[in-house]
Amino acid sequence: MAKKITIDPVTRIEGHLRIDCEVDNGKVTNAWSSGQMWRGIEVILKGRDPRDAWAYTQRICGVCTTVHAIASVRAVEDALDLEIPVNAQLIRNLIIAGHGIHDHIVHFYQLCALDWVDIVSATKADARSASALGQKLSGWRRNGYQEIKAVQDRLKKFISSGQLGIFASGYWGHPAMKLSPEVNLLAATHYLQALEYQRKINQVVAILGSKTPHVQTLAVGGVTNAINPDSPSTLTIEKLFNVKTLIDEVGDFIKQAMLTDVAAIGANYADWTTYGAGVLNYLSVPDMPMDSKGTEYQLAGGYIPNGDISQFAPIASQTDPVLYDNIKESIKHAWYDGDWDRSPYDGETEPNYTGYDYEDKYSWVKSPTFRGEPAQVGPLPHVVAMYLAGHAGTKEYVDSTLATVSSLAGTTVGIEALHSTIGRIAARVIRCAVLYDTMSVSWQALIDNIGKGEMDTFNAPVFPSGEQRGVGFHEAPRGMLSHWIVIENGKIKNYQAVVPSTWNAGPRNGQDALGPYEASLVGNPIADAELPLEVLRTVHSFDPCLACAIHLVDNKRTPIGKVKVL
Amino acid sequence: MKSKVASSHDKQLGGVTRRDFVKFCTGVAASMGLPLTVAPKMAEAVTSPQRPPVIWLSGQECTGCVESLLRTHHPAIDSLIFDLISLEYSETLNAGAGHQAEHHRELSIEANKGKFILVVDGAIPVKDGGVYCQIAGKPVLDILNETAPHAAAVIAIGSCAAWGGVPAAEPNPTGATPVHEILKDKGIPVVNIPGCPPNPYNFLSTVIHFVTFNKLPALDDKMRPKFAYSRLIHENCERRPHFDAGRFAEEFGDEGHRKGYCLYKLGCKGPETYNNCSTLHFGDVATTGCWPVGTGAPCFGCSEAGVGFDSPLFSKARVSFPTPPAQAPEAVPEKGSGAKSFAYGVAGAAVGATAVALANTRGKDED
Repeated sequence: MAKKITIDPVTRIEGHLRIDCEVDNGKVTNAWSSGQMWRGIEVILKGRDPRDAWAYTQRICGVCTTVHAIASVRAVEDALDLEIPVNAQLIRNLIIAGHGIHDHIVHFYQLCALDWVDIVSATKADARSASALGQKLSGWRRNGYQEIKAVQDRLKKFISSGQLGIFASGYWGHPAMKLSPEVNLLAATHYLQALEYQRKINQVVAILGSKTPHVQTLAVGGVTNAINPDSPSTLTIEKLFNVKTLIDEVGDFIKQAMLTDVAAIGANYADWTTYGAGVLNYLSVPDMPMDSKGTEYQLAGGYIPNGDISQFAPIASQTDPVLYDNIKESIKHAWYDGDWDRSPYDGETEPNYTGYDYEDKYSWVKSPTFRGEPAQVGPLPHVVAMYLAGHAGTKEYVDSTLATVSSLAGTTVGIEALHSTIGRIAARVIRCAVLYDTMSVSWQALIDNIGKGEMDTFNAPVFPSGEQRGVGFHEAPRGMLSHWIVIENGKIKNYQAVVPSTWNAGPRNGQDALGPYEASLVGNPIADAELPLEVLRTVHSFDPCLACAIHLVDNKRTPIGKVKVL
Repeated sequence: MKSKVASSHDKQLGGVTRRDFVKFCTGVAASMGLPLTVAPKMAEAVTSPQRPPVIWLSGQECTGCVESLLRTHHPAIDSLIFDLISLEYSETLNAGAGHQAEHHRELSIEANKGKFILVVDGAIPVKDGGVYCQIAGKPVLDILNETAPHAAAVIAIGSCAAWGGVPAAEPNPTGATPVHEILKDKGIPVVNIPGCPPNPYNFLSTVIHFVTFNKLPALDDKMRPKFAYSRLIHENCERRPHFDAGRFAEEFGDEGHRKGYCLYKLGCKGPETYNNCSTLHFGDVATTGCWPVGTGAPCFGCSEAGVGFDSPLFSKARVSFPTPPAQAPEAVPEKGSGAKSFAYGVAGAAVGATAVALANTRGKDED
């Protein structure tokens, strides 16, 4: 008999997410994804200066910090048809990539790994064998016995203290945990090392962005980082070389430790290449612009309908009309008044919480569609698009990762394995390596530009009277992000963010088609309905970000009275 | 009725040492400017029986405050969680999910009544019974009201929890309310660590102070620790001499901006924002200048109620004391013009004062 299980809260994600599943005969047969928090940031933006929007939208999310700031300034620049200096593009690229690398590292190790890695089992490992295994798998220099033993001792001490804290409610010893104690220990060692490397790459973001989370050097028209090699108060040569040094330090960890770890987990959990595919319409946009107009990009994007790679349609630029014309949002199953599909420009939303109803409305998240259908966004769609577009780095990392998995698993694993829970995780790690490569390119281009005497970082925006509309796209760590703005007489008239986690976490759409989280859960095995680790594996593979997923737009100001403070 | 887990917690109270604690809190204490003579007191804290339990509740937040702790170095988050505190519950970091995690939170509150530190990030929506933020089917408003009375101390981290922050910006669609407002009627004091997010060391230093000295650091009238929030950013700003001398950047990338002049005319809210950003920079980077003004970006007052997410970015700040005192040393002009400096300095001060006088009006519509 089918049994309904509710996981609320889903943890190790950003924000407040509830997942409901129907389980029958050890398999998920139906699923519902529900966002549980709403703030209304777009309502707050109305009437404000478009030059201020990024500072507010960045606060949509502190995990995806920077991405909502980037998309916002791009939206206003698109509305004004404003080019920005190449130096500003390159500094933004470095900030975007640095943030993306941090985000991917933290997701893989700190947020998602505990679904696959049994920390308690790691204390039973033979540290020498774990070290030998690590050295066999890759050239990573920090797989030595001493370091691994120190990590194991630390874990043992922590566990013997009895104060397990956030680890007390883990899934240790769960029947779905399959790694050997030695692999667990190796992964736990990299879990702690990862904290160091994400911190290093964040230092790049802090040097260029002033701080993180929530950078402050963006402006509509460019960046606030002044360049003047003859002044002590600007982006000095010393700072630029600090950036370069930090980038280099992180590269080895990504390429040698992280790519190897994901291959090892993939090989040990090969069955998870057959679960979790879900929605196979893949959507991504090009990013890392290298010119002032945004016509040349380091990274490609495109649309793949129904997983059919022969129908791959590249998207040439972030201003491709195919994007503007085909994105809609539905509110049929979300807690807002009404039932419609509309372009974000014309979106209108009034919150109307009616309680959780599986058949009707059950989430604060809306359901975006592309060409009338749900689409999956994120590193997986992006990596597949870059692969099909012939991006050399992507091809290299995909092929080498699949080769490692194949050799460890003793069977040939092809690219089709990426359409899965584990494939989604692997794609994120591959994208992390690709982002790393872009940083060297952007950094060198910036240095070359400065060498040529180009110092510009800002073009002042001018707001004409009347109405302007613009969209800012960004291929963010969790996938395609777009901010839609309508400006009237220099003020924000309407604003909406269509966010990666909205695409993926959305409830059923206007035609009752399941959203990507929901569709990907159907068919997942469940060993123990009381401890639904398998559901978490698939949901975490998307790297949920619920603060992002739920925001609000309305173009008629919602009548909201002053709230009486308790 | 006592659960198994609760009694095992009780047992550990006498068992676990915190030997490593002192090592790490020395570094943190240093960032608070504490004298080395506090060492004996720290040693005392070390003999305390267990890592102090911390329960972290999330309201309408963006997780930026938790994220900021991933960037810290002294202590780093792994030291914090493994060696310094016992983080009992955090939606962001819990290994378990759903009712496993909720169950652990309840047990932990029961076992540590009166001993745990409650940290709250995010504002608390009160409109419509709090439906705009729910955890496990329960409004976070109710969870806060149930949990806070049992805490030894409540810390509101970030501007959202401290004074409302972004979700409370006009027109405050969800009734986003700061934590201290919710707990006022219960007589529960709340320490505020505003900022968006705050410098993580302002939070860590407060926690370490509490667990080391068994009391809170000195607080100002807005319940902010004085070690972090007792000075205006403007007072310790590296560009202050330019302000006093009347040297301002007029636009990003102009000559003044590219010489590191004062950002006042670009909307810098340093003159009305109490925080230590200008002395305690961000990111633990060997390079200096990792803070907004150091990268050419005006402060926008993210930590100050009534300034951040209220005043437009490019509006000019209210300046409390625009005129330098009569005895103020003259600002040093750029190298090479030393001989003419006296006249330059005086003229500059006059320009500065004029700019300030003109700028004292502000509002949502002002440019």
